Amino acid sequence: MKETPLSNCERRFLLRAIEEKKRLDGRQTYDYRNIRISFGTDYGCCIVELGKTRVLGQVSCELVSPKLNRATEGILFFNLELSQMAAPAFEPGRHSDLLVKLNRLLERCLRNSKCIDTESLCVVAGEKVWQIRVDLHLLNHDGNIIDAASIAAIVALCHFRRPDVSVQGDEVTLYTPEERDPVPLSIHHMPICVSFAFFQQGTYLLVDPNEREERVMDGLLVIAMNKHREICTIQSSGGIMLLKDQVLRCSKIAGVKVAEITELILKALENDQKVRKEGGKFGFAESIANQRITAFKMEKAPIDTSDVEEKAEEIIAEAEPPSEVVSTPVLWTPGTAQIGEGVENSWGDLEDSEKEDDEGGGDEAIILDSIKMDTGVEVSDIGSQDAPIILSDSEEEEMIILEPDKNPKKIRTQTTSAKQEKAPSKKPVKRRKKKRAAN
Amino acid sequence: MAEAASVAAESLAGSRARAARTVLGQVVLPGEELLLPEQEDAEGPGGAVERPLSLNAGACSRVRVVCGPGLRRCGDRLLVTKCGRLRHKEPGSGSGGGVYWVDSQQKRYVPVKGDHVIGIVTAKSGDIFKVDVGGSEPASLSYLSFEGATKRNRPNVQVGDLIYGQFVVANKDMEPEMVCIDSCGRANGMGVIGQDGLLFKVTLGLIRKLLAPDCEIIQEVGKLYPLEIVFGMNGRIWVKAKTIQQTLILANILEACEHMTSDQRKQIFSRLAES
Repeated sequence: MKETPLSNCERRFLLRAIEEKKRLDGRQTYDYRNIRISFGTDYGCCIVELGKTRVLGQVSCELVSPKLNRATEGILFFNLELSQMAAPAFEPGRHSDLLVKLNRLLERCLRNSKCIDTESLCVVAGEKVWQIRVDLHLLNHDGNIIDAASIAAIVALCHFRRPDVSVQGDEVTLYTPEERDPVPLSIHHMPICVSFAFFQQGTYLLVDPNEREERVMDGLLVIAMNKHREICTIQSSGGIMLLKDQVLRCSKIAGVKVAEITELILKALENDQKVRKEGGKFGFAESIANQRITAFKMEKAPIDTSDVEEKAEEIIAEAEPPSEVVSTPVLWTPGTAQIGEGVENSWGDLEDSEKEDDEGGGDEAIILDSIKMDTGVEVSDIGSQDAPIILSDSEEEEMIILEPDKNPKKIRTQTTSAKQEKAPSKKPVKRRKKKRAAN
Repeated sequence: MAEAASVAAESLAGSRARAARTVLGQVVLPGEELLLPEQEDAEGPGGAVERPLSLNAGACSRVRVVCGPGLRRCGDRLLVTKCGRLRHKEPGSGSGGGVYWVDSQQKRYVPVKGDHVIGIVTAKSGDIFKVDVGGSEPASLSYLSFEGATKRNRPNVQVGDLIYGQFVVANKDMEPEMVCIDSCGRANGMGVIGQDGLLFKVTLGLIRKLLAPDCEIIQEVGKLYPLEIVFGMNGRIWVKAKTIQQTLILANILEACEHMTSDQRKQIFSRLAES
């Protein structure tokens, strides 16, 4: 089937909304959708849901003879398939560009980064090695396949257990799972891809684009990183011209996101391990809550339902004036600015602020509710405050958000928290603080 | 009692046919057979009981029952073809046994004659526009089917525009044809939909609910903000409000209405009305 064409009206609306820093589902610019990881009964089987995008990953192993030029290394094989149920546009038997691109990117991310120790997969040098095969199936396409696929691949690999093998002289004994517990793979680090979508020739940037946003984007930048802040792969497609500081900013954001996702993965693996050890029930059937067949349930998603002006005024009324640390940026050329005396300063600020915001987390939906209850306040004139800003009826007016030290929660659900674009290097510090606090 | 009686009735498929009356409001699955009220008496307990022969045997009370979506006639029973809840509506006046239908959830649209839908123009070839309506084939729309259109005076329609029209031909053997004009030659709200606004997709069941007369949701939404809204029976909704923020709020509310109970909905609306 052909995919549904994008109408002019939708394209225009999406681009205008992005210019106003609004996304269709109410997320902020640097927000990921909810990630949900569930495991099957077999080791090495998992389903990762990134919003509505779902990827199923399955790892299997086999004893084979090694490649001739790599006699002591195991073999890794990655395969991503776009199932026809994922989107009407996916047809069987056709190697579309998208499929080739995704497969290549996954291979580079997982194979070239040497995240799996292939030497440990060798059983008898030159004769028998383990071939590990990772099969990924896209079950539903709602944007950002590559992120979901990379998470599914690494989770499945971490979850997988291969049969134990012992070598005594010339004798090789392969134990069944009943005889000896299967052994996990030796994984050095977990590379995870983070996607950035660019709009209007690189002016606007969104993390984790969904399907609509992917249709109107100009270009895509994918950075694969692990939690030690090592970049494993970078790929820029779409032919947009990116400035150096944009790429640097993206890599910093990617570092933060990857740290969060890695934490989530480790927690999920730990939970599954605990359940299996305690003898509880595990598997996909358990991860689906029992519901009546006629119940329609949807996960709560935070919807920003308030008028922007009133929200901002309320925050301004309750927030403290910005601290003096924030100095004026010195604009060298469009796109390059400098704050403070050098790079070291901003790094120092970053480390401190990251630590102090660690305890600021909270549930998104609950935050929304609490804010909603508070807003009965009549919007008052903000002239009395000495905070920067704003407010008029004009839609083009930029919203300036204060230092979110005190109220990370409240600011989380605000939209249009656009700082003037004149200070791009200042932005990452602020943004990251907010996002970490909320997540 | 009717249930026990019809247990004895076996259909060709091997499954027990049930009385439609007893299954109202419950979930039925494709392949089930349902007995209509007058047939239950006919089957009788065990079928072995003797019935007094009536002289005018042919005049057993025939009630005209309408088979709605999801049901099909199979001999003299109803065969369920979609899974969902069985519904029944009593006839308003006059004779007739009312309408039976199955309330199912579906996102995939199948063109039906007379439906008003929102389509996206995909191609212009000669005198015909090809319009994607979400079905298996794009519908064709002639440029003369707009109000006030003549050979000299062509409508201003570009590829990628949104069109609100109705089907005049829609069956499974031919490509559907639509027009933007009613039988009197007037547009009646149909035609090209304006430039701004947001188009999004919902399930077909929600559209039918929203288009029902006296729909609460629409009334409440109307009280919130001034807005323009177009519902297409193919699951597409176009909405436009003054600002992007309001448009996004409306789109999210309508999508979420599917999953909310009326209490939750009232809560959300009251919160919105305050802010």
